[in-house]
Amino acid sequence: MSDLLKKTNLVGVASAALLLSLILIIPASRDVAFGFWDGVVGGRNNFNLWTTLSRASIIIGMAMAALVAFRAGLINLGGEGQLVLGGLVAALVGIYVDLPPVLLAILALVSAMLAAGLWALLAGWLDRVVGMPLLVASLLLNYPANYFASYLVSHPLRDVMSGISQSHKIDKAARLPRFPGTILDYGIFIVIILVILIIWLERHSIFGYRLRMHGYSAKFAEVSGFPSGKIFYQALFISGAIAGLVGFLVVFGFSQRYIDGMLTVPLYAWTGIVAVLLAAITPWIVPITGLLFAILATGAGGMERVAGIPREASQIVQGVIILWLAATGKPLNSKGGQ
Amino acid sequence: MMLDPTFFDSIARFITPLLLAALGGALCDRAAVFNIALEGMMLIGAFFGVVGSYYFGSWQAGLLFAVLSGFASGVVFSWFSIYRKGDDIVVSIGFNILALGLTVFLLRYLFNTRGQFDDPNIIGLPRISIPIISDIPYIGNLFANQSILFYLAIILVFLIQFLLFRHKYGLYLRAAGDNIMALRTAGLSPELIQSGAVIACGILCALAGAQLSISSVTLFAEGMSAGRGWIAVVIIMMCAGRPLLILPATVFFGLLDAIGFRIQAFGVPQQFTDSLPYVLAIFIMAIAIGRKRRKLNK
Repeated sequence: MSDLLKKTNLVGVASAALLLSLILIIPASRDVAFGFWDGVVGGRNNFNLWTTLSRASIIIGMAMAALVAFRAGLINLGGEGQLVLGGLVAALVGIYVDLPPVLLAILALVSAMLAAGLWALLAGWLDRVVGMPLLVASLLLNYPANYFASYLVSHPLRDVMSGISQSHKIDKAARLPRFPGTILDYGIFIVIILVILIIWLERHSIFGYRLRMHGYSAKFAEVSGFPSGKIFYQALFISGAIAGLVGFLVVFGFSQRYIDGMLTVPLYAWTGIVAVLLAAITPWIVPITGLLFAILATGAGGMERVAGIPREASQIVQGVIILWLAATGKPLNSKGGQ
Repeated sequence: MMLDPTFFDSIARFITPLLLAALGGALCDRAAVFNIALEGMMLIGAFFGVVGSYYFGSWQAGLLFAVLSGFASGVVFSWFSIYRKGDDIVVSIGFNILALGLTVFLLRYLFNTRGQFDDPNIIGLPRISIPIISDIPYIGNLFANQSILFYLAIILVFLIQFLLFRHKYGLYLRAAGDNIMALRTAGLSPELIQSGAVIACGILCALAGAQLSISSVTLFAEGMSAGRGWIAVVIIMMCAGRPLLILPATVFFGLLDAIGFRIQAFGVPQQFTDSLPYVLAIFIMAIAIGRKRRKLNK
């Protein structure tokens, strides 16, 4: 526990907890606390608990994507576009390719990871070859990806029978199975494996060692004989591919189709970044902070239903947490790796 | 037809927010504050412009609220980034998320609505025409019946250029960016000067937001800045924070927006025209940087 407190930014956690309780206490009503609790675990057959866990797995996945890049000192803010492309490609493959269900799911997974990874590489190429800072390049690439996906699902791929902009459903046999009677799908296992893999990779593998070396000082890595360019592109590709994997999980699991805005409106990619920063870029703490933000979001949804407090309160809390983190610690050295 | 008078009219509409935000960001850039929270600052200004205009039924109040909110944005940003020495990028990420959450939260809380808020009580900014110039066919429409903020933005280009390069405050500001020790030796506080730049930037971005929300339309929509703050960041980088270069660059992006808006009428999907500025921003910046590199190699 002391290790946890030491590694996590103490003040960040304290302020998060403080804010959380302020939101609960200020309106001084049991309704609000009840609403929050109900939003997190309540509902018929604990429906909301499964939603919270699903959301946590998405946020933790996106946090892992951000973590790999941040560890190497690369400010990849393109998680959103990479997530959207991954989801889109997964949906395209899932709906239009004719294969046996299991093969179809695997093909969708691989192509989603590949597409998102390449999108991240494009941002890296813009940084290294063209000279546009990665931060700006990766962020700007979010917009074409979002608009392209939005166009496809509102026109050519749209399920015309439904009233909103969304694709057709993924074939039932190819979807990720759900736990009986819940909305939680087996995608959470994939996220757990991913987390274990990243914890191992970051701390115990040679690649992780080089990643961290590059993050602390790209020059040192270069001088030590590890070409900075190679690690740069590898880290970006992995970061993007993880985002693509999460896109696949949402399309084949949580929502079973691509719905316009479903990956961007809940700010999954940004919440992932917040979770990583709060965890001080330490992989094994990310599941905790990721779960915290999922609870914050679904709890806020519950407060909205019960007490009429707008759910965006949770985004305000997120923003304030990052500002405090920035002011109290050094969560991210933006000059690292350059 | 592409080139009818309303085309020039729409260019001016698209230029104004970009220009105001880019000028504000240029001040930060010159003072070595990497402020990429322009997007959030615009959103805050857009929202509070509507709040002031709606509750007091006057555009002056709308403008005043926008300016005050911009001032507050600047104070918050500079406190975290300059006085608490937070990383500019992290502070910006936090600020942008905060701005998005806060405006949507208040939209629900104050107006009890989701998505967007429009109401006849929101009074838009007055429009004026420049007498003789506005009579010129086509081009004249740029200066006919435009929001007062358009003219303010054009004046500010030259004012800020003058301030930056011909006035002692501009010298202080550039020193805060280039040589902090020189400033300290002269007995001035770099923190104070940088904060001044950030606060001015907050106000300019808020005006940019007000142009979006209480000018050609009078409504607030969630996330209505729609990435313009990021385009402004690209413009600043391309122009290395020089106001006289920023003006033509924004005109170019304004032109793009206007063309995009126009070709929607020919059946080009909106999502493609919307992504045009971002894709071109990447290309143009690539070209600009490539040229700079070649120059350096010579």
